[in-house]
Amino acid sequence: MNAAAPALELRGITKRFGDLVANNRVDLAVRSGEVLALLGENGAGKSTLMKIAYGFLRADAGTTLRDGTPVRIASPQQARRLGIGMLFQQATLIPAFTVAENLALYLPGLPALVDTGAIGAQVRDLSGRYGLAIDPGRRAGELSAGEQQRVEVVKLLLAGSRVLIFDEPTSVLVPQEITALFAVFERLRADGHAIVFITHKLAEALACAQRVAVMRAGRLTGLLAASDASEERLIALMFASAPPARPVRRVRVGAAAVPLLELRRLGAIGARVRLTDVDLQVRAGEIVGIAGVAGNGQRELADAILGIAPTVGGTKRLFGEDATAWSIARIRAAGVASIPENPLGLALAPRLTLEENMALGDLDRYTRRGGFAIDWPAVRNDLVRGLERIDVRDAPLERPIATLSGGNVQRFVFARELARDPKLLIALYPTRGLDVLTAAAAQGELLGARDRRAGVLLFSQDLAELLTLADRILVLRDGRIVGAVAPSTATPYDIGRLMTGAAA
Amino acid sequence: MSVTTRHAAPPFASLIELARWAGWIALAFVLYAAVLALFGHDPLLAYRDIWENTLGSGYGLSEVLVKVIPLALTALAVTVPGRVGLVNVGGEGQLFIGALTATAVALAWPALPAIVLLPLMVLAGFGGGAAWALVPAYLRAKGWLNEVFSTLLLNYLAVLAVQALVFGPWRDPGSYNYPQSAVFSPSAVLPTLGDTRVHIGIFIALALAGALWAVLRYTRWGLVVRAIGANPESARRNGIPVTTYLLVAMAIGGGIAGVAGMAEASAIAHRLGPGVSSGLGYIGFLASWLAGHGPVTVLPIAFLLAILTVGGDLLQITQGVPYGALNILMALILFVVLAGRARRASG
Repeated sequence: MNAAAPALELRGITKRFGDLVANNRVDLAVRSGEVLALLGENGAGKSTLMKIAYGFLRADAGTTLRDGTPVRIASPQQARRLGIGMLFQQATLIPAFTVAENLALYLPGLPALVDTGAIGAQVRDLSGRYGLAIDPGRRAGELSAGEQQRVEVVKLLLAGSRVLIFDEPTSVLVPQEITALFAVFERLRADGHAIVFITHKLAEALACAQRVAVMRAGRLTGLLAASDASEERLIALMFASAPPARPVRRVRVGAAAVPLLELRRLGAIGARVRLTDVDLQVRAGEIVGIAGVAGNGQRELADAILGIAPTVGGTKRLFGEDATAWSIARIRAAGVASIPENPLGLALAPRLTLEENMALGDLDRYTRRGGFAIDWPAVRNDLVRGLERIDVRDAPLERPIATLSGGNVQRFVFARELARDPKLLIALYPTRGLDVLTAAAAQGELLGARDRRAGVLLFSQDLAELLTLADRILVLRDGRIVGAVAPSTATPYDIGRLMTGAAA
Repeated sequence: MSVTTRHAAPPFASLIELARWAGWIALAFVLYAAVLALFGHDPLLAYRDIWENTLGSGYGLSEVLVKVIPLALTALAVTVPGRVGLVNVGGEGQLFIGALTATAVALAWPALPAIVLLPLMVLAGFGGGAAWALVPAYLRAKGWLNEVFSTLLLNYLAVLAVQALVFGPWRDPGSYNYPQSAVFSPSAVLPTLGDTRVHIGIFIALALAGALWAVLRYTRWGLVVRAIGANPESARRNGIPVTTYLLVAMAIGGGIAGVAGMAEASAIAHRLGPGVSSGLGYIGFLASWLAGHGPVTVLPIAFLLAILTVGGDLLQITQGVPYGALNILMALILFVVLAGRARRASG
């Protein structure tokens, strides 16, 4: 072992997926006692690189060194034996088990008799040392996203990981939790751990890292000390050309008096959350933001509005009419469009083509001869025009939609739903997981819809996005609207407090 | 106009594909030859016997076509529900019930002219099969019972229902101890082609396969069916009445199996007996899955399986190979084809 060598070093890593070069001769090293931010757009190759380091993927070329010794990592099990651990965006805990039971399951050499008491003591020890605040006796299903993430950290620490790789850990967290996570980074670092923090958010990289590595299109384009880095320099490294963010117009068009959507004391019973006494109005020409920690009733609320889930008590009015009992089809036909949180799972037929999925969005519009024919030229025309509006050209209209990238799937859903010129748009996390370019395009579409005097109900966990786009923000917690804030005066911390129910 | 999907494309999309299929099926035959040899039969002799008595002679070919009709129909009975994601294992039972209801019409109005009676019997057969299939479809749509179990269990009930009638009220007093209905009047018998046993049911099967293909490819309902098959949750959220489609698809499937039953009773047996089908519904199930639920692809697959069915009957007689041994060959074909498909899907 060489004390001066980096904890983990990747040399000349190349990885191809078919024609796509995901990693192109990348060199990267992370030292013990530092947080290295790995920054780049979606598809830049960050996750691929780290999955190679973790043995999840095999590199086509290149070598990996652990403490200066070349190692061959063919599986995550091997990586963990070498003290390398990776945290994915999705927690992998079993909800019905306690934290201690979940951790026991993961321990190497689990004995036949599981002593959860001893594990609990270990957890409390680690938890106290690194400020993780984990109670080993709680059921995993009751934990917030941030808490689950901290349990995953404990998992890796129990397994003796000294190199910790975090894959976009902040995407599921509220601001307070992000701050807490960075504090955990700091303690881990001080204790000699090496941390790789994958992110596409500049501010986060600058907030917690000692060094920032930037990737673009599979190559490492820069590696600088955080003290030398500025947002401008990092943007220049992340994007080949000028920064893409479209100017976000904050011009108010003025909301109409009669609401497009009006919920009064609406209730609904979801799988996990019961929606209770929701009062809500969306007027023409405004964007109403819904903030909340994921799983606090967002899906239930959207489904109740769209007629997908039955309501329990209360009334729902759409465009001035009582729509409480309307069917999904009638609600859509009346001019309500939706961008669900997972389009491939909830809005699209993955193995059907783009054209076919377009037609499915509005069958009545494209059906001819009583259903015996479909007007494919019209479908194609609307689709091409819709896609052009958000800068997608030469889309493969006859390919299965599942072959598109996540960002392009999202663009397609926008194109399809907005082609109908909806009066009301229900959008759930429309920019989550998108690269900066696509996210800006999606936000532009939301503003465009508002400027055309549609009403928009925007569910988002990105508080900066809500503060920029929304005219009003409501906070949803445990299925109730717990507060309303004005974007002009509120800070992310105000909203975060309402979201978590913390005392002011 | 262009509608292409990976799913709708028949497996014979290209020559390479065809060669691959031929290779897989050849592999199944080689494996079966090993099984035959293991049990002391000469596989070459067995295959020669099959060839000579199926494709090798005019009579053999006509007997193969006779079997193609119920196999293609029961395969389509699985294909239609299959396209909305339902697994219909009940083709056999729906066939029995279709035969039963068609027989009821044939026995009730034997004097009607064929031009009226036969369409009535087809309708009755379709209606009987459809109604029988609607029971599991409804249970499934309500989320109460998975259709795989209910369709399978209803098969036994359907056979028992036919037995109850032919042992009881419909028993032909003229046929002594045989439990079977009286012979149909000539106007209740489907016309045959020339002096073969091939009847006009073959045109019904061909027309249905073509119509289903066109509906799936060109119409609104076909698009919706494919969308439900690809992702029922998305379809529901787009405002498509998924439950209705599940019920209708299953009813159409059951109805087609019922028509197969009508044709078997009318054209082959000329009466209803407990042996109106000996597992045709299950072979049809196999054919549909082998064809990847392609409504036209079902036809060549049904043809192949018809050869094996006729050949199996023959081997039992000439070589003393039990008919059941044929199931081994069919299972082998299913295995190698599904394995090949899975390999392609993952590769």
